Amino acid sequence: MSPIQIIFILVSAITLGSALMVVTTRNMVRAALWLVLSLFGIAIHFVLLEVGFFAVAQVIIYIGAIAILMIFAIMLTRRIAQDPGPQTNSTWPIAAILALGIFGLIVFLVQGWEKAAIQPSPFPAGYDPLRELGVALVSANQYLIPFEIASILLLAALIGAIIIAWDKK
Amino acid sequence: MVPLSWYLIFAAALFSIGLYGVLSRKNAVAILMGVELMLNAVNVNLLAFWRYLTFDKMAGQVFAVIVFAVAASEVAVGLALVISVYRRRQSIVADEINLLKY
Repeated sequence: MSPIQIIFILVSAITLGSALMVVTTRNMVRAALWLVLSLFGIAIHFVLLEVGFFAVAQVIIYIGAIAILMIFAIMLTRRIAQDPGPQTNSTWPIAAILALGIFGLIVFLVQGWEKAAIQPSPFPAGYDPLRELGVALVSANQYLIPFEIASILLLAALIGAIIIAWDKK
Repeated sequence: MVPLSWYLIFAAALFSIGLYGVLSRKNAVAILMGVELMLNAVNVNLLAFWRYLTFDKMAGQVFAVIVFAVAASEVAVGLALVISVYRRRQSIVADEINLLKY
């Protein structure tokens, strides 16, 4: 086994273990901290995939913004954080069976796919994916329109969040 | 290097964990956390397919950027809704937010 495969297995185990803690732990603040660890593991996966830009964006956007926002929401609704009752609803066995079934179906489909064992080919000399991504996002004949729509979506979400959370009294 | 199937199975496991969280948790913030895990699993899949199959085209990476933007807006609006509901009902348990049922 190569060192990269060992790193992959270790990081995957940490990520999946902390993701399981996110969905099972009772204390919401601890769930948010497990979510941070899980998102960090995914950032390491992005490094292994040679997309360093996405690893940095993952740390800044998901851990720096989204996870902190979650912790703020948990603290603002603090009666729930120490709710003594069960943290799952009555249909959780059906949810577990459904999730396991979808996982088994995907594993079955991946095993039967002829490209599943493919290895990545190295980038050609002088090829910079990050530069290509930047050019693609601002070229009118590539992805300029989706990029601008994403910015409008973010603005709409910003204004919408302010309006919804506004205390009118 | 790692074969592509390892990434696909890892992402499938992460997606299933997130799906279980969304379907089984009572707390609305915990449901949003499950959605975040599912979106991350999709992002891992998108970037793995981009790296292994079509790294000379940019569609996979652009799609992942859009997923990032959608995840950020989703969590901002979702948490604003949670805080608004908490202010009116003093609860964010999804079972108790049932005003639209009647």
